[in-house]
Amino acid sequence: MNGFLALLYKELLRFWKVAVQTVVAPVVTALLYLLIFSHVLESHIEVYPGVSYTQFLVPGLVMMSMLQNAFSNSSSSLIQSKITGNIVFVLLPPLSYLQFFGAYLIAAIVRGLVVGLGVWLVTLGFSTPTVPHPGWLLAFSLLACGLMGAVGILAGIWAEKFDQLAAFQNFLILPLTFLSGVFYSIHSLPAFWQTVSHWNPVFYMIDGFRYAFLGQSDIAPGFGLLVVAGSFVAISALSLLMLKSGYKLRH
Amino acid sequence: MNPIHPAISVCDLGKRFRTTQALDGVSLDIQPGEFFGLLGPNGAGKTTLISILAGLTRADSGHAAIMGHDVVRDYRQARRALGVVPQELVYDPFFNVRETLRIQSGYFGLRHNDGWIDEIMHHLDLTPHAAKNTQSLSGGMKRRLLVAQALVHKPPVIVLDEPTAGVDVDLRRSLWEFISRLNREGHTILLTTHYLEEAEVLCGRIAMLKAGRIVACDTTRNLLARTSEHCAALRLDGVPPAGWTERLQALPDGGWRFSFSEYGELETLLAEVRSAGGRVTEMQLLEADLEDVFTDIMARV
Repeated sequence: MNGFLALLYKELLRFWKVAVQTVVAPVVTALLYLLIFSHVLESHIEVYPGVSYTQFLVPGLVMMSMLQNAFSNSSSSLIQSKITGNIVFVLLPPLSYLQFFGAYLIAAIVRGLVVGLGVWLVTLGFSTPTVPHPGWLLAFSLLACGLMGAVGILAGIWAEKFDQLAAFQNFLILPLTFLSGVFYSIHSLPAFWQTVSHWNPVFYMIDGFRYAFLGQSDIAPGFGLLVVAGSFVAISALSLLMLKSGYKLRH
Repeated sequence: MNPIHPAISVCDLGKRFRTTQALDGVSLDIQPGEFFGLLGPNGAGKTTLISILAGLTRADSGHAAIMGHDVVRDYRQARRALGVVPQELVYDPFFNVRETLRIQSGYFGLRHNDGWIDEIMHHLDLTPHAAKNTQSLSGGMKRRLLVAQALVHKPPVIVLDEPTAGVDVDLRRSLWEFISRLNREGHTILLTTHYLEEAEVLCGRIAMLKAGRIVACDTTRNLLARTSEHCAALRLDGVPPAGWTERLQALPDGGWRFSFSEYGELETLLAEVRSAGGRVTEMQLLEADLEDVFTDIMARV
């Protein structure tokens, strides 16, 4: 087992030990969203022809849960270690910045996928269980969780206090995920907000992921995947630069 | 590992934090097998120096090496050769003692390390606590776990940054027994401490740091011999003879402290006390200890 695997194991064990909080809670939250929104809107809205509102909502909820949890995993692990000081345990060993990044990233992706799977399983009873485009599903899941895991690493390194991280989460992550078309199609928005949505990478994640389930989307999935992949590369490069320079970790 | 390399080599190290010059041209070589003490008041730069050795802080100028491996360029080999017990009592509340040590071994690429983990836990009296969550450990146990974590990869060089701060007598004693044993087995030890009597007993060589500079570096024996001053505590049944009051320092218990460089001076004082009709009711010669040397050096530079 090299250092990278040990750090990955530690990161996985960390969230698994508190699975009620890190896996069960987000699944329950998503289920509540589904029960409330589908109950209220089911008979009023048909986004795509022949697709019920619940069928439309489920993929968005699954993706939103994955994104939020991938972000939470890396960011909260880093901020907790920094504040309690136990970050030295991973700074003293001969781990490279690439190993460091890789371990936190993959753990974030795994947490995102586990939560996503959980949400999908509990929503099976409400929608059609088939996935006509599993390839797109896999590509969007991995890249989207990767992107949010990398954003979490960035935020976890940058933040020095819990409230700074909370601000990052409340004023950036939450608006981006809520204003991404989880609960509606952006075609129902005024022209101005449609344009704004096109600058939100989370919109492409939700839209492309939904295509995997419904075979219909607002944007061609290939283009969406390109946007998500591009954002992932950019954020990862920035995180790697920060880690390589020792920004806020090695003084 | 080349035997001609010092265990720790520091050359002209400089580090500035905004307005303070934490290290100002520190050079130091510590040979394999030494038990070396690094002393100095708070803010002298001890922890900064250790952090640079550990790769936690980056020096502005100069360089440092562990067993010949540069701490920046060959950081992997340097960190493999170094075990650091940090000053702060840190722990990861997600794991128990054994998990913590297994994970820490893993970071160094060691997979099947349970034999050695059992051995260190045994020597540090951690075995009964192996399955306990780190959060539930007492302060002393957390300190032991930090020592154990620093040793999982059997580093030839061990750095302890004030390991006995706030630790009870029993633990301090057992900790020093264990560290001394590691030193006898060939490990190089670098220790910082505020307890000067500990440094005096344990360290073969000592460097004193003040405002980021080394102000003294010698064997403990030479440092103790360095002070030519002797000192006596006296109790008189009257006032001191005229002309001596300036050389006698009043002690809170009513006695007097007399510092001198030749024993003849003490004889003269005693003779004058007697001829003035006084009497010495109590006298004690005080040997210089590291604290005197430390105070003396810190006051002079």
